[in-house]
Amino acid sequence: MMDEMDMEEGGVVKKFMFVNRKAPHGTIYALEGLEVVLISAAFDQDVSLAFCDDGVYELKKGQDTKGIGVKNFSPTYRALEGYDIEKLYVEKESLEARGLTEDDLLVDVQVLSSAELGALMDEQDVVISF
Amino acid sequence: MSFEINGKTYETDEEGYLVNLSDWNEDAAKHLAVEEKVELTDQHWEVINFLREYYNDYQIAPAVRVLTKAIGKKLGPEKGNSKYLYELFPYGPAKQACKIAGLPKPTGCI
Repeated sequence: MMDEMDMEEGGVVKKFMFVNRKAPHGTIYALEGLEVVLISAAFDQDVSLAFCDDGVYELKKGQDTKGIGVKNFSPTYRALEGYDIEKLYVEKESLEARGLTEDDLLVDVQVLSSAELGALMDEQDVVISF
Repeated sequence: MSFEINGKTYETDEEGYLVNLSDWNEDAAKHLAVEEKVELTDQHWEVINFLREYYNDYQIAPAVRVLTKAIGKKLGPEKGNSKYLYELFPYGPAKQACKIAGLPKPTGCI
């Protein structure tokens, strides 16, 4: 278990942003991205998540996957806080284009314009897109 | 792989974790505990029940660090520390307690 290992002292903390662009179900990207994020939490890095395009649907409240026979992993986004991953950004334009507002989302997020999100991406050491 | 109690078959993966979460019951937990050489006490059940609630809420098994913190919050600091949890589950609260609780192996448990 990574958690239990002693991290090297004075290790470099990098800024990681995981960008979620795809609808939650139908492809494996959203779930795999979420698992990578949970694992990344063990490495004491500066982790943030961005949701844009259809990726904003990943955070939609009230998902029901019974009809498509896959696991509804959306409650797991609410566990991120317990993993000390608290920087969640959602692109305003993507929300609006889909008729969604912050109230439709199952976790607290910061809504940023495309330009603001772009600027934030520019500050990262690593950007990984799913 | 599988085991059987009172005529009911429980399917497990190659590491002994239950394949179907919904198969879990106290009998299965007791069997899995024996396999892990853990003698279940009320303190063990407290952690097992906590894990099942956590899974029910979040659909994942928590990483050890997260479990420790969450237990501390719910059951008090004297229980929310690695020493206490490792005394109950010597081979790792995540690995052993999750297995007995019928949860999948925690993500990030490499």
